[in-house]
Amino acid sequence: MENLNVYAAKLAPQQESLAPGHRACQGCAELLAVRLVAKTLGKDYIIANATGCLEIVTSSFPHSAWEVPWIHVAFENAAAVASGVEAGVKILKKKGKYPVDRKITIIAQAGDGGTVDIGLQALSGALERGHDMVYICYDNEAYMNTGIQRSSATPYGATTTTSPAGEASPLGQHTMKKNVVEIAAAHNIPYVATASPSYPFDLMQKVRKAADTPGPAYIHCFVPCPTGWRMAPNLAVSIGRIAVESKVFPLYEIENGEYKMTVTHKNHRPVIDYLKPQGRFRHLSEGNIAEIQQQVDKSYDRLLKKVKMSQIELD
Amino acid sequence: MAKRVGIEVSLAISEAVKLANVDAIAAYPITPQTHIVEHLSELVADGELDAAFIPVESEHSAMSVCAGTSAAGARTYTATSSQGLALMNEILYIIPALRLPVVMTIANRAISGPISIWNDHSDIMGVRDTGWIAVFAENGQEAFDLSLMAFKIAEDHRVLLPISVNIDGFTLSHVIEPHEFLGQEEVDKFLPEYKPAVQLNPDAPVSMGTVGIPEIFTEAKKCQDEVLKGSEAVVKEVFAEFGEMFGREYKVVETYRSEGAETLLMTMGSVSETAMEAIDKMRDEGKAVGLIRLRLWRPFPVEALRAEMVGVKTLAVIDRAVSFGGTGGPVASEVRSALYSIDQAPYVASFIAGLGGRDITIDDFIMVVGQAERMAAEKEIHQYKMIGVRE
Repeated sequence: MENLNVYAAKLAPQQESLAPGHRACQGCAELLAVRLVAKTLGKDYIIANATGCLEIVTSSFPHSAWEVPWIHVAFENAAAVASGVEAGVKILKKKGKYPVDRKITIIAQAGDGGTVDIGLQALSGALERGHDMVYICYDNEAYMNTGIQRSSATPYGATTTTSPAGEASPLGQHTMKKNVVEIAAAHNIPYVATASPSYPFDLMQKVRKAADTPGPAYIHCFVPCPTGWRMAPNLAVSIGRIAVESKVFPLYEIENGEYKMTVTHKNHRPVIDYLKPQGRFRHLSEGNIAEIQQQVDKSYDRLLKKVKMSQIELD
Repeated sequence: MAKRVGIEVSLAISEAVKLANVDAIAAYPITPQTHIVEHLSELVADGELDAAFIPVESEHSAMSVCAGTSAAGARTYTATSSQGLALMNEILYIIPALRLPVVMTIANRAISGPISIWNDHSDIMGVRDTGWIAVFAENGQEAFDLSLMAFKIAEDHRVLLPISVNIDGFTLSHVIEPHEFLGQEEVDKFLPEYKPAVQLNPDAPVSMGTVGIPEIFTEAKKCQDEVLKGSEAVVKEVFAEFGEMFGREYKVVETYRSEGAETLLMTMGSVSETAMEAIDKMRDEGKAVGLIRLRLWRPFPVEALRAEMVGVKTLAVIDRAVSFGGTGGPVASEVRSALYSIDQAPYVASFIAGLGGRDITIDDFIMVVGQAERMAAEKEIHQYKMIGVRE
């Protein structure tokens, strides 16, 4: 792996509230990201977890990997449950009935299915109501827990078990990835960011910022899934870096409506570098890849325009 | 004796919730439950009730927020009706499994379709097996009293289960009735502050809602069932304590002029008061007829029901919901099965009436009693009969 030294892993806190021994697949970038969040937040936080990979691999009774208070209710309602926890803790503190008076961060966490599809309404409701909480979407671009079915976060051209490439439909997924980051930002919440465990310090900084921001914050975390993406487990971190370097998943934040890139590269890699190691894109033709390159360039340029607009406004 | 106040039943329920000093209310508007939560939001806005009022974007989220507030350790309340209850369905099962003592008023309303805002019991019957304690009120005073008792029952550490207080939509929720209110001090004496057994607290972390693998799932369900069945004793205890403190007696199965009755009418909810008038009329004519009402619907009070069956030959059960293609109305089916094994079980006639706001009149009740007695005499084999259907 290139540039290992930039991680400076020793600088990260050793303490984390996710115990080892959970049941995630080898090379799972989601659990890697969750550990980085845990390192950032220490002990004073409460998690509302949606049904999904993260829930099942960490909580098979009588075991639990969580050393912080954790609640799982259902699939589509992590945002609603978290908003209830936030409101409950807040009112009990106000009435002098909660046992802890330190600041406690409320985290809602869900996969892409639990966020961009079935959980979108609950997410919107919670963001609109202005609860002081951080919603983290761990996006591995399909319903991995149920066996790699397509979600509306599955990218154009990816095969999944419900968007297979076949003779009559050679492309696989033929719809564009839903941009939930923009949907979250449209709620005019104070903090929205994209993040990736391949850029651990960027991720940790964003989690810190989100937790310290009063009101709702949304973090969209890109978590490669070797099992679902049909690639070797040792590629999870590097493919996450290539996703950023090829403009497929840019790292940026939207603070009070202002866009800012947090990781930039002078020379972008072509999308083929990102697509090629992944079995889910193996069927794509040269024409398909050229088309995806165009889409990626276009949406990246659109993002840069927003960043520029924000700079002009700030100047 | 406390002062009697003329007030809409929905508002009386809100006042009871305020007297219970709830910490959190999450609700979504649906007719005919709306007046309850409207009034609660006013009480919060006016500073009369120190609670979080969370106006959510759906009933599914209302119940999910309740899971969150209750798990945080807050005394939690919500109210809904009909489609709202149906939308909550998924979460309704999870709340008792998490042992969260949420209190909910259900202003009972027909389930669509065709869409109807009017009263029947098809909403509550659809969530019968979700594991909630369910009680029925038949007038405003009962709705007020039961709303207070609900918190005490649910939060008892031998119970820690959610409870629904069912009131008939419109026919109860929207009428103005005299209520005998209770003072804050006496309520505080009856209902102490909620002390959660466990709560989401970083100093004592717990994992709630973990995966139930096959090796433990059955045991988890067994525990839940034992606790729900055991809650009947606590319900009776709380009813008795309430009666002692405030002089109003409640029973899990209520009767009216049932002494020596050979035929009993069975009802739940506000139609019981009309049924009482029908009973009076028939008693005046010398008929040995009485009324029996289920106050506690879940857990089903099997023993208390059986105890009332001595000498009863015919039981005419009025259901206000249809179990399509089933063996009887939802209540009648349960009653038949509860009485099947007793000696000299009465003939159970199942009638479905009062759907989607259709009135059940005194004459309807009298007709039902006559028909049930004829069916019993002829030993008529039937599943259920829908009465009052216009040809």
